[in-house]
Amino acid sequence: MTLQKHDPEAYRGVWVWVEEEGGRAHPVSWELLGQARKMAQTLETPVSAVVMGSGVEALAGQAIAYGADTVYLADEATLGTFRLEPYAALLVKLVQEHRPEILLLGATTRGRDLAAAVAAELGTGLAADCTGLEVEPGTRILRATRPALGGNVLSTVVIPRHRPQVASVRPRVFELPAPDPARSGQVVRVPAVLPEEAIPTRVLEVVREEGGVNLTEARVIVSGGRGVGSAEGFRPLQELADLLGGAVGASRSAVDQGWISYPHQVGQTGVTVRPDLYIACGISGAIQHVAGMRTSRYIVAINKDPEAPIFQIADYGVVGDLKAIVPALTRALREKMGK
Amino acid sequence: MNAIVCVKQVPDTEAPVKVQEGKLVLAGMPTMVNVFDEYAIEEALLWREKLGGKVTALSMGPAEAIEALKKALAMGVDEAILLSDPAFEGADAWSTAYTLAQAIRKIGTYDLILFGKQSTDGSTGIVGPAVARFLGLPALTYVFKVRALDPAAKKITVERLLEGRREVVESALPAVVTVVKDINQPRYPTLLGIRKAARTPIPTWGASDLVAAGADPAGFGLEGSPSRVERVEYPPARAGKVELITGETPEEVAALLAERLLSLKVL
Repeated sequence: MTLQKHDPEAYRGVWVWVEEEGGRAHPVSWELLGQARKMAQTLETPVSAVVMGSGVEALAGQAIAYGADTVYLADEATLGTFRLEPYAALLVKLVQEHRPEILLLGATTRGRDLAAAVAAELGTGLAADCTGLEVEPGTRILRATRPALGGNVLSTVVIPRHRPQVASVRPRVFELPAPDPARSGQVVRVPAVLPEEAIPTRVLEVVREEGGVNLTEARVIVSGGRGVGSAEGFRPLQELADLLGGAVGASRSAVDQGWISYPHQVGQTGVTVRPDLYIACGISGAIQHVAGMRTSRYIVAINKDPEAPIFQIADYGVVGDLKAIVPALTRALREKMGK
Repeated sequence: MNAIVCVKQVPDTEAPVKVQEGKLVLAGMPTMVNVFDEYAIEEALLWREKLGGKVTALSMGPAEAIEALKKALAMGVDEAILLSDPAFEGADAWSTAYTLAQAIRKIGTYDLILFGKQSTDGSTGIVGPAVARFLGLPALTYVFKVRALDPAAKKITVERLLEGRREVVESALPAVVTVVKDINQPRYPTLLGIRKAARTPIPTWGASDLVAAGADPAGFGLEGSPSRVERVEYPPARAGKVELITGETPEEVAALLAERLLSLKVL
């Protein structure tokens, strides 16, 4: 496959891939449909959604309620659990047939892979892990902003002469739109491309993590660093997170000490998060950690050291011992929230 | 078991980042091997120790990229190849993946192609799965454990680390595998390894070598890149200043903080 310049005039429409997991859509898919609607209005073009899976018919109706005019629905056993090869083959075929100018995917582990595979095969550009999208009405160019170098810089990426312009977008960048059950749209059923025998992978097992830590979707994260002191030291953080319906995060040093497992690690070599509330407990605020959480809506820092750099990016700070403050905060919130 | 490990020399993650006139100033920035790639090298070495075979490190970049290959050799890989040519300059992730795929095709024999899950500079995570696509191979990404590897039966079983879950996947070989940080503990280069690395010749392949092997030069470098970085800037500073919550006792501080948090209307 080689790189050919495409004729941008031959491509119209904004597409969103709807990611399915256990019968429900990943919220980022609906966030992107909301943003696609806005961009489509600027470009005066329709919005389409692509739903792939097994037993996912209900998602097609939801995609229309969230803003799709057309839904391409592939509902087959071979698409039951996400596998890159059959998903990419079908999405490539649909794009080649219908020629959208923009294709948006959530920057989840699956979405990042699917975006990369599809852009590679289509010979087009991909802006990955975006935190901002804008379209220019006249040129119909998508300007995608994305962090690079551990969040130390923001890059603006464009794909001038190739179509579609593909972007994967981080969860929680755009607001979840309100669904409108009265919206109407068209559902187009499409068959899968690869038969089972042509798919090189088999998913043998899916194991849920204990506590199911999903930091990228969490609205509240209570995160611990070196100051937590031990594995047991994370227990009060977990209690606070449980009370707030949140998840527990950690700095690299807490993970390296073996106090908590790697899936909890926030930062440049862990995951990037953007919750509504990030409570950093005993975290000094090294640049690599801040890279993974600086776009949180509100940041609270609890640290013994008044000089800790974390206070420079925090909205609220407490200089003190987290071992006393965190349990007291849990009690105070439990009381005030009436739980 | 023959493995190819793709490695990247990146700006040191501890170094301050400079932006000038909408561009990143890379000149003079200290560099290091991409952290995730060290785990990919280690995984290749562990399996070679078990199964025998050969590990080849491959890197594309300017002359400094040779440092990543020297480190890989010092850790114990058997061979290293540098892809470097002015024609490759300015490549985006698509063009980088295309060029690497052409070099891998030229190398010819492999069971596994390993990458770190992403680089710490671009951090796109595109190159691994895109190389897989160019070569028509399955991509197994975010792998934190290789459970079984059987080159004779052409089978691999891995555990992948996804959001809030782990997935066990069986795949045909050859395959592309990208690894996360806790898959192993990368070894330190030994003195012997460093000496061996200094003696091992590292061939450089340029555009003409890849074209002779069937590559289309239209996919190389800035010209072959569908995406462009239009501007680079510092991220906006977080608005406002920290409000310190103080009190006589932890209970008093906690009560005040709890009130503030509830007033944010996010709980």
